[in-house]
Amino acid sequence: MTAIYVLWLRQVKRFLRARSRIVASLGQPLLFLLAFGFGFGPIYQKAGQGNYIQFLAPGIIAMTVLFTSIFSGIELIWDRQFGFLKETLVAPVPRILIMIGRTLGGATVAMMQGMIVVVICLLAGFRPVSLAALPLAFLFLALIAIMFTALGTAIASVLSDFQGFQLIMNFLVMPIFFLSGALFPLSSVPGPLAVIASLDPLSYGVDGLRSTLIGVTHFNTSLDLAILTLLCAAFLGLGAWLFSKIQL
Amino acid sequence: MPRRSINDPSTQDKWLCPAIYFSELFVLVVPILVGTATIQMIRVDHLVKTFGEIEAVRDISFEVAAGEIFAFLGPNGAGKTTTIKMLTTLLRPTSGKVLIDGLDPTTHQNEVRKRFGIVFQDPSLDDELTAAENMWLHGALYGVARRTAAERTELLLKLFELWERRNDPVKQFSGGMKRRLEIARALLHVPRIIFLDEPTLGLDPQTRNQLWNHVRKLNADEGVTVFLTTHYMEEAERVASRIAIIDHGRIVAQGTAAELKLQTGAETLEQAFLALTGTTIREESASSADQMRNMSRMFRGRR
Repeated sequence: MTAIYVLWLRQVKRFLRARSRIVASLGQPLLFLLAFGFGFGPIYQKAGQGNYIQFLAPGIIAMTVLFTSIFSGIELIWDRQFGFLKETLVAPVPRILIMIGRTLGGATVAMMQGMIVVVICLLAGFRPVSLAALPLAFLFLALIAIMFTALGTAIASVLSDFQGFQLIMNFLVMPIFFLSGALFPLSSVPGPLAVIASLDPLSYGVDGLRSTLIGVTHFNTSLDLAILTLLCAAFLGLGAWLFSKIQL
Repeated sequence: MPRRSINDPSTQDKWLCPAIYFSELFVLVVPILVGTATIQMIRVDHLVKTFGEIEAVRDISFEVAAGEIFAFLGPNGAGKTTTIKMLTTLLRPTSGKVLIDGLDPTTHQNEVRKRFGIVFQDPSLDDELTAAENMWLHGALYGVARRTAAERTELLLKLFELWERRNDPVKQFSGGMKRRLEIARALLHVPRIIFLDEPTLGLDPQTRNQLWNHVRKLNADEGVTVFLTTHYMEEAERVASRIAIIDHGRIVAQGTAAELKLQTGAETLEQAFLALTGTTIREESASSADQMRNMSRMFRGRR
C-alpha cells in the first residue's frame, strides 16, 4: 500500500508544481466551451433544445478528464525514456502495485483538472439541477478518469517512444471524444452513428454526468454506472497485464 | 541445524577436555573463516542473452566476492549494460545462471532487489521532486521505516555534500550533483551490492575524483560490494580490485590491473584494453532514446 501511496503522491506533486501545465491544459476545454457553447448556443435554442451551455458543460468536463487521464497514462513513456521508470521497476514492489499507484495518481490529476473546468463552466453560466446528485457526478468523473488513465498506461506499456503520440490522438482520443455525444444529443443521430456511440466508453461517462448534473439521460444512469465500472476493471486488468510485460 | 553455543550448559563439560575443545573449535571457526573468504556476492555461469538474431551476451562467466570492487569494462555495445540488466532483474537471461548473494534473480526477484542498489547509465531521478523527496520515495518503495529513512537520508546527503540542497528540485542540480544524489539514493536501503553503470559519464575530473573517493570510502566503511562499468581506464585501475573485459558479448580477460597488463605486455590498462578489444571504433547509431534525450535537453536549454 505504501508503494501505491507514494507513486500517487508523486503524480499529484508533479502536477501541482507544473503551473504552466495546468494553464496549458485548460486551453482546449475553454476554447470548446466558449466557441461551441456561445457559438452554437443560439442555434440550439432556436431548435427548441434549451440552453446549450447547460447541455455542453458535462461533455466538456468529460473531455477534460479524458484528455488529461489518457496523457497521464502516457507519461509512462516519458518516465521510460528519461529513466525514472527504471527506479520503480528495480524496487522490490510487485508491478501491479506500481501500475495502480501510477493510475490512481494520473486519475487524481485528471479529476483535479476536471474540477477546475467545473468551476469555469459555473462561471460561464452552467448550473447543476441538483446538489444532491453531485456525489454521484463525482463518482462518474472518477470512473472516467481511472478508466482512461488505465487505458493510457496500457497503450504506453507497448509504445517505446513518442512517435505513436499523433497516432493515438488521431485514431483514438479524438474519435472517443467526438463520437461520445459530448457535443450533440445522441437521441437524434443516424442509426450507424448511434451504434458507434454506444460502443464508445466515453458515451456512458458523458451520459452519466448529464444525468446527474442536468437530469437528462440517453442510456440510463444505472446502465452508465454498470458499464463504466466493468470497463474500468477491464482496462485496469489490461493495463496491469501489459505493464507487467515491460522490458527496459 | 541450529549452531551450538559455547555457553550452552549441555555442552559445557566438553570444553574441559583440550582435544574435544580444539576439535569443536575447529568445527565452529573454520567454516566461518572459509565462508567469509569465499562468499560470492555475484556469480554468473555461462550467461547468454539474445535479442532475436543478435547475441548481446555470449556465454560469460565470472564471480565477484563480497566486499570487492569489480570493474566490468568494454567498448560501446559490448554487452555491459545488458549484463547489468540481467543481474538486476530487469532482463531475463536467455540461458545460463546468475546468483546474487546466493539468490536467483529470476525466481527471487524481490529478495534480490532488496540486496542491491543501482546507479543507471542515464539519470533516473524525478527532476520535478526535491533531493529529499527522491530519497523519501526510494525509501518508501524499498520498505525502509520512515525514521530510519530520515536518518539515513541525512547521513548520506551529508556524506555526498548535498544536505544543504535537500529541499531544492533536482532539475536545478548539476550533472555531478545528480550523480551523487543517485549514489546516495541507491545506498538508502543499505544494500549489500551497488551497481554503478558508467557513473562518471559526462562529469568533470574534479567531480569524478570526488565520486570515486566516496565509493571507495563506502566500500571500506560499509563493506558494500561494488560492481562498476566505466570507459575511464585510469579510474578502473585506481578503484577496482579486479577487472573483467567484455567485447562482442564475450569476456576476453579478467584479473587484476597488473595481471591484465602482464598478460598483454602493456604498460597501462588502457593499452591492455586496446590490445584485448582492438582499435576499431565501434559505430553506434543513436537510439530513439538518445534522440529524445537530446531533444529534451535542447528544449530545456541544457547542455
